[in-house]
Amino acid sequence: MAGLVLAGWALVALVAPWLPLHPDHIALPHILDTPGSASWLGNDDLGRPVLDRLLLGARTSFWVAGGVVSLSLLIGTLLGSTAAYLGGGWDRLLVMLLDIFMAFPGILLAIALAGLLGPGIGNLVIALSLVGWVGFARLARAQVLSLKQREHIQAAQALGSRTTDIVRRHLVPLIAAPLLVEATFAVAAVVIAESGLSFLGLGVQPPEASWGSMIRDGVRYLLVAPHLVLAPGLSLFLVVLSVNLLGDRWRDKLDVKGEMT
Amino acid sequence: MPAYLIARLFSAAWVTFGVVSLVFFLVHWVPGDPVDVMLGESAASADREALRHALGLDQPLLAQWGDFLRGVLHWDVGQSLYYQEPVSRLLAQHFAATAELAAAAFVVALVIAIPAGIIAAARRGSVWDMGAMGFSLLGVSIPNFWLGPLLVLVFSLGLGWFPVSGRSGPVSLVLPAVTLGTALAAVLSRMIRSSLLEIMHEDFIRTARAKGLSPYRVWVRHGLRNASLPVLTVLGMQLGALLGGAVITETVFNWPGVGSLLVESIQRRDYPVVQGSVLLISLLYVVINLGTDLLYARIDPRIRLGQA
Repeated sequence: MAGLVLAGWALVALVAPWLPLHPDHIALPHILDTPGSASWLGNDDLGRPVLDRLLLGARTSFWVAGGVVSLSLLIGTLLGSTAAYLGGGWDRLLVMLLDIFMAFPGILLAIALAGLLGPGIGNLVIALSLVGWVGFARLARAQVLSLKQREHIQAAQALGSRTTDIVRRHLVPLIAAPLLVEATFAVAAVVIAESGLSFLGLGVQPPEASWGSMIRDGVRYLLVAPHLVLAPGLSLFLVVLSVNLLGDRWRDKLDVKGEMT
Repeated sequence: MPAYLIARLFSAAWVTFGVVSLVFFLVHWVPGDPVDVMLGESAASADREALRHALGLDQPLLAQWGDFLRGVLHWDVGQSLYYQEPVSRLLAQHFAATAELAAAAFVVALVIAIPAGIIAAARRGSVWDMGAMGFSLLGVSIPNFWLGPLLVLVFSLGLGWFPVSGRSGPVSLVLPAVTLGTALAAVLSRMIRSSLLEIMHEDFIRTARAKGLSPYRVWVRHGLRNASLPVLTVLGMQLGALLGGAVITETVFNWPGVGSLLVESIQRRDYPVVQGSVLLISLLYVVINLGTDLLYARIDPRIRLGQA
């Protein structure tokens, strides 16, 4: 079930450019039409088809989540594992930096960053990645600290391997499992954050579609056209739920002891 | 004063300094000139220079940073460009609403999570357990900006029990508090359950049972009390998520708190207010984290004595 939802989400995101969608087609006679045979999910306050916009919203959330999680994973793992491996001043510097970033509620920092950088999908990815790398850096650092005294690392050091090679070839593969689990939960968090920022008007700009901005626009018509809020919300909820289920499953399977969050 | 306490206070002081500085540099590095916002982009250059001088924006960045730090110490974080009022006064006006919402959401979370966590652990594998954990999964997966409108649709528009939005007495607090508290309830109930399950395997629980203590005493005095320690360490962080979520929840319900003020000020490009609201919420979070750590040290003597 969870796998099916996620496969559908990814598929829609990948093929959306080739689908015959008319997300910006304004049809005044169909304003706020309820779901029916003519338009499966009805029409919004400008008469645009909700289904088409929903599919485009899927694409937005998929690419933003993919971009933010890849960037955060890359930056966080690189900084966290390198600092922990080098130790000393570098490690203290990273910990000081992490302490400051963690002193902000994550979504608050994202809201401030997105607001200051200005709206748009690129700035959204930057803002969310600047918040997202922290969790990966913390995890990678903790993992490497506990691994770096292992014998195979010492052997590699004795053989004179370069530091970057040791980190890349002997450390990162060992910490991949917990990072993968963390990345899965990060996807759920980013999907919610993207929609949340778009809900606040700080994310994707019209006429682009995001589930968050669809909910925001629909709230005004909650009484007469609840489908405008129900359709994007349910999609968002199903995707996040599926990702969380997948994360739980992987956590059990890979036997990663989480931080109980 | 014990070493742990001193180290913790030092770290809180450093983090506070870092937070204030980061907020300052964020606002100064990003594109957008406050002078444009105040005068419009077509203003005469003499006027612009005069205003720039009046705001201190013609000073070197380091001097501005110093001024900002000094200002924060005196609870002076500038003037709002939109309201033409001190930012500190605006924050004071909006703070009570946010505190009220966050506190109510916290109570909602505890009232749901403590019984749910205990029942799930005590009847592990039962329908109760599956129900509680199912709720937990749904709770962390439902975004508050969707849950809010759903609750409004059912309980305000449908049943007419609560107002749709705004802050007008205790009744208007119910839906926002439930909206904001649900995610925390979901996380907490799961943590309480797993922590309890771990504790109930300990030897001292077997001893307590062997002594013939009542199940209530075993579970609450011996189990829950020890299980609360790991929960407390994560609680501080979770309260940060609560404060962040408050920003969105306030916008959903038009709740006149610091979060609404922040979002409105972003739209108005009222940078001093953006700066001040982010600072207030973050510093509140620093204080909460310090508080939970100190509380933890009080409850768990191992920390105080430097053994953990």
